[in-house]
Amino acid sequence: FPEISYLFFFCLGAGAGQDVGRSCILVSIAGKNVMLDCGMHMGYNDDRRFPDFSYITQNGRLTDFLDCVIISHFHLDHCGALPYFSEMVGYDGPIYMTHPTKAICPILLEDYRKITVDKKGETNFFTSQMIKDCMKKVVAVHLHQTVQVDEELEIKAYYAGHVLGAAMFQIKVGCESVVYTGDYNMTPDRHLGAAWIDKCRPDLLITESTYATTIRDSKRCRERDFLKKVHETVERGGKVLIPVFALGRAQELCILLETFWERMNLKAPIYFSTGLTEKANHYYKLFITWTNQKIRKTFVQRNMFEFKHIKAFDRAFADNPGPMVVFATPGMLHAGQSLQIFRKWAGNEKNMVIMPGYCVQGTVGHKILSGQRKLEMEGRQILEVKMQVEYMSFSAHADAKGIMQLIRQAEPRNVLLVHGEAKKMEFLKQKIEQEFHVNCYMPANGETTTIFTNPSIPVDISLGLLKRETAIGLLPDAKKPKLMHGTLIMKDNSFRLVSPEQALKELGLAEHQLRFTCRVHIQDPRKEHETVLRVYNHLKGVLKDYSVQHLPDGSITVESILIQATAHSEDQGTKVLLVSWTYQDEELGSYLTSLLKKGLPQSST
Amino acid sequence: FFQYCLSGHPTLPCNVLKFKSTTIMLDCGLDMTSTLNFLPLPLVQSPRLSKLPGWVLKDGSTFLDKELKECSGHVFVDSVPEFCLPETELLDLSTVDVILISNYHCMMALPYITEYTGFTGTVYATEPTVQIGRLLMEELVNSIERVPKAQSASMWKNKEVQRLLPAPLKDAVEVSMWRKCYTMPEVNAALSKIQLVGYSQKIELFGAVQVTPLSSGYALGSSNWIIQSHYEKVSYVSGSSLLTTHPQPMDQASLKNSDVLILTGLTQIPTANPDGMVGEFCSNLAMTVRNGGNVLVPCYPSGVIYDLLECLYQYIDSAGLSSVPFYFISPVANSSLEFSQIFAEWLCHNKQTKVYLPEPPFPHAELIQTNKLKHYPSIHGDFSNDFKQPCVVFTGHPSLRFGDVVHFMELWGKSSLNTVIFTEPDFSYLDALAPYQPLAMKCVYCPIDTRLNFIQVSKLLKEVQPLHVVCPEQYTQPPPTQSHRTDLMIDCQPPPMSYRRAEVLTLPYKRRYEKIEIMPELADSLVPLEIKPGISLATVSAVLHTKDNKHVLQLPPKPAQPPAGKKRKRVSDDVPECKPLKPLLSGSIPVDQFVQTLEKHGFSDVKVEDTAKGHIVLLQEAETLIQIEEDSTHIICDNDEPLRVKLRDLVLKFLQKF
Repeated sequence: FPEISYLFFFCLGAGAGQDVGRSCILVSIAGKNVMLDCGMHMGYNDDRRFPDFSYITQNGRLTDFLDCVIISHFHLDHCGALPYFSEMVGYDGPIYMTHPTKAICPILLEDYRKITVDKKGETNFFTSQMIKDCMKKVVAVHLHQTVQVDEELEIKAYYAGHVLGAAMFQIKVGCESVVYTGDYNMTPDRHLGAAWIDKCRPDLLITESTYATTIRDSKRCRERDFLKKVHETVERGGKVLIPVFALGRAQELCILLETFWERMNLKAPIYFSTGLTEKANHYYKLFITWTNQKIRKTFVQRNMFEFKHIKAFDRAFADNPGPMVVFATPGMLHAGQSLQIFRKWAGNEKNMVIMPGYCVQGTVGHKILSGQRKLEMEGRQILEVKMQVEYMSFSAHADAKGIMQLIRQAEPRNVLLVHGEAKKMEFLKQKIEQEFHVNCYMPANGETTTIFTNPSIPVDISLGLLKRETAIGLLPDAKKPKLMHGTLIMKDNSFRLVSPEQALKELGLAEHQLRFTCRVHIQDPRKEHETVLRVYNHLKGVLKDYSVQHLPDGSITVESILIQATAHSEDQGTKVLLVSWTYQDEELGSYLTSLLKKGLPQSST
Repeated sequence: FFQYCLSGHPTLPCNVLKFKSTTIMLDCGLDMTSTLNFLPLPLVQSPRLSKLPGWVLKDGSTFLDKELKECSGHVFVDSVPEFCLPETELLDLSTVDVILISNYHCMMALPYITEYTGFTGTVYATEPTVQIGRLLMEELVNSIERVPKAQSASMWKNKEVQRLLPAPLKDAVEVSMWRKCYTMPEVNAALSKIQLVGYSQKIELFGAVQVTPLSSGYALGSSNWIIQSHYEKVSYVSGSSLLTTHPQPMDQASLKNSDVLILTGLTQIPTANPDGMVGEFCSNLAMTVRNGGNVLVPCYPSGVIYDLLECLYQYIDSAGLSSVPFYFISPVANSSLEFSQIFAEWLCHNKQTKVYLPEPPFPHAELIQTNKLKHYPSIHGDFSNDFKQPCVVFTGHPSLRFGDVVHFMELWGKSSLNTVIFTEPDFSYLDALAPYQPLAMKCVYCPIDTRLNFIQVSKLLKEVQPLHVVCPEQYTQPPPTQSHRTDLMIDCQPPPMSYRRAEVLTLPYKRRYEKIEIMPELADSLVPLEIKPGISLATVSAVLHTKDNKHVLQLPPKPAQPPAGKKRKRVSDDVPECKPLKPLLSGSIPVDQFVQTLEKHGFSDVKVEDTAKGHIVLLQEAETLIQIEEDSTHIICDNDEPLRVKLRDLVLKFLQKF
């Protein structure tokens, strides 16, 4: 009988634990092993960039051990290690992601591969072919579709906002379940809707906590601030660099600038770095059903991702005189075009770089945000940063309020925080425990958390038995809890609750009737039938709730208990009452004999 | 379990299922063939139509000549076209809890149901179904509302009058129930009651029933539905296709193990092969245009038109038609073309792969870009400036009674150079053409109906093996015009149960089990006993709680201890309450061992006598008698409760409890 089962939880590699870097989580639930995300760390250039998969299984094949892999969204800190994992370490099982993620993820992977291998000349990295082979293992899922991974394991995706195609996943085995949020945001932005989940009451909610303590000021304020800064810089003839990831923030900020340029009738050019981003807008057009309500409603009249003012960037433009705004990838200034432009513009104090998202340690983005103004570049070259550096948090992560809101929506029994910084998480943990009275965990990297669940056991009850019981429950005296009696038949893995009679019948067994007959001696000189009448009246007076009957043949029944009177063979003044009942009436039978033993009350006549 | 059949139209079904404690409406199709009895609504004043003679009865009376007009021997109602609604009297439609929509063609009666019957429930449909359904409704409302008709004929509906009319008016059913088209506010109100769902999404209804839409392969977002509880499964198959066109393929596997399979929406033209029809469509189109004629294609604004445009995309260059303009005219033409490109997840694999590139899934994007295909909201405005002949025009409505198509019929009908090609299978093309006769224009009938044909159905049924099949009566006999074609009907074992409009069916199955949950504390307290190898039993005495149709068994509460020190209560208070029933017993008592046990427990004078059926064990001193037989034991003793209880427990040791 499964009584207690547990969820086993485990973070792989620096990241999913208490550090923003790479996400990779292993969950064992009722014997099924699921890997959640397969991210890489952007701050490292060596082995540490990928999770250490030997944690999962030392010897055996990953395919044998893992039942499936789920990718929450296309950011590289959530999917960057996927080709390494599936093609170089070796995994052939199913990988689940949403359609937009499946479409966009290989493009980001290829872009990332190009930067690392082609530009930096690194070897021992996955190849284009590996990305293709990896993507062949991907199964695309719809929102809210229940995907049956195998007979017992099912998964379901919920809308997460954050970026196009981002999803939260529910993983369910029997009546035990885990929800993994990936990254999400609880407020709709200019291009995406808010995350939503139903009251699915998971045993465990694994939530990101990037902005665990921040309660961010209103989005409108930040947007106005951003536009003001861009506008001022452009007005004084400066250049604005906005390092972004190709998809996500880029589109939101483009919509913002496009409408602003339109309104203010500005002439300074806005560029998109080549390659990725143009294509990215195309994905947004085709997957418009994943964007927010407003964009979806108006897309026939005007597709918000067709920009009038924003044009493709050419490398040569960076040296053009005069003001301009450039969106360039990648977002943390750690490589590629954004870094190239940054190096060109950094020396001029008229220019500005706006970092619209979080930067991991070790990246140029992180360095300048923490105030460093002299950077050592490749080849011992020192780059002096004179341009203005601004940080604007546009990352679409849930803040503390949003995280609490999601917990309120899903009503989990336990919460586990990942993808955040230890100190902030501690604060949030206390808040969650106080407000929701649930356990909250924040495992360190590589740590295992075990959560015991105590599920109720579903069984099949025969309709006959259930109807019999509910019929009793409908009686007027239904306030008292009624006991139901049945027999649970356990065969193979099926549990069936049937009436005892049916259980006997099914097993081909005969009932054994156990009957008792007690002789109760009563002092009563009257004739037998008079004695019987006295007994009858007495019982009827005492047993008000029972059916007491005087039968024509001279016997008395109380429910199914039979009482007959005979004269004593020797003593005329004594009558013998034979009280007879079956084992099923044991309580009442036993009670009756003791009642009668006390004798009959003195008759008033 | 009952099924109320509110529509007699096999491809525009409307059924209500009473399943467990829920009332579920399956589709609400609107039968528009009723409009064929009406005169077309011309966008531009048509001298021909306005000069049609009024109809005169055989006896010469003319009281109907304002309402009925005659054209080439047929009689038409000169009034705003009306539709035949699903039955509304068979059951109280305000009791319907949910409506499940299978595809956008099967939701056209929705505003009539949600806005006129007191309906307060929820409608479930996929996103493409809702978006395209909205477009179809918008087009319908628009094309009727923009041609206001002063007169509304009702005299002819009088039963006494109707009897006197010629066929088919004479035989039209329930004309008193026919209704005018709904309005846009009603459409919006109806659509606001829809909740969007995705394929394979499990939707719980009141804890009692789970419904799940499955891909049906027929149209964008089209679905079949599974309606199930833990123990019974009804599959509702409506408008499914096994052909590879643009939608996601049909999910057949999930239909397996159904107790009942309700089968509707099969092909209306079982003898026509859709591929062959598309070929014929292309060649007729090319021939007409080459000869300098125009081609008119009456169609819905979504669906097969996407496939036709895709075929033409591949065909026009090779056929030398690249300079011929293609026009798509509908108030929703632009929306339809745009929407088709954004439902990647609902498309077949090939089209999905295109989106991953990223490219638009349908090639009509390119036709528009290269100006080969132009779309207009109506014939007024830009179109009249751009209009060049010869050309190809796609426009609605396929009934030829309203919409821009009426104008083109009037415009092109007189020339034999032009061709009208019928591709939609919903209307008889001869009936559609009747009010335009006499006609010089060529008429080609290439109905393209991709829904299941009878061969596919019989294969499907063999594959998924439902216990019972329920279908409209039309599918249980050959088509009336081809009564020898016994292959054009459903053939399965047991034979299908058939239904017709306004009938109530009792669905044939019996439940035997229900799901119940045993709380962990109770489960811990159970003592399983292995009775036979692999079979264990445990007796359960527990408290049953039922809430929201979910049953839970809990540990019975501990009996409250009587407060200590209180005086012994009166006898009547001691009457035992309804205590847990004692278990049933089974097994038999081996006499020898029983006697040994008695002796072990201090009974020294045990005597055993054999009887016909068993034994009698005597305890002489205690004057106690124990009759032991194969299936019973009877203890007869004096009123010595400790002794009786001792003997009882010794007997019980040998028996199994249930």
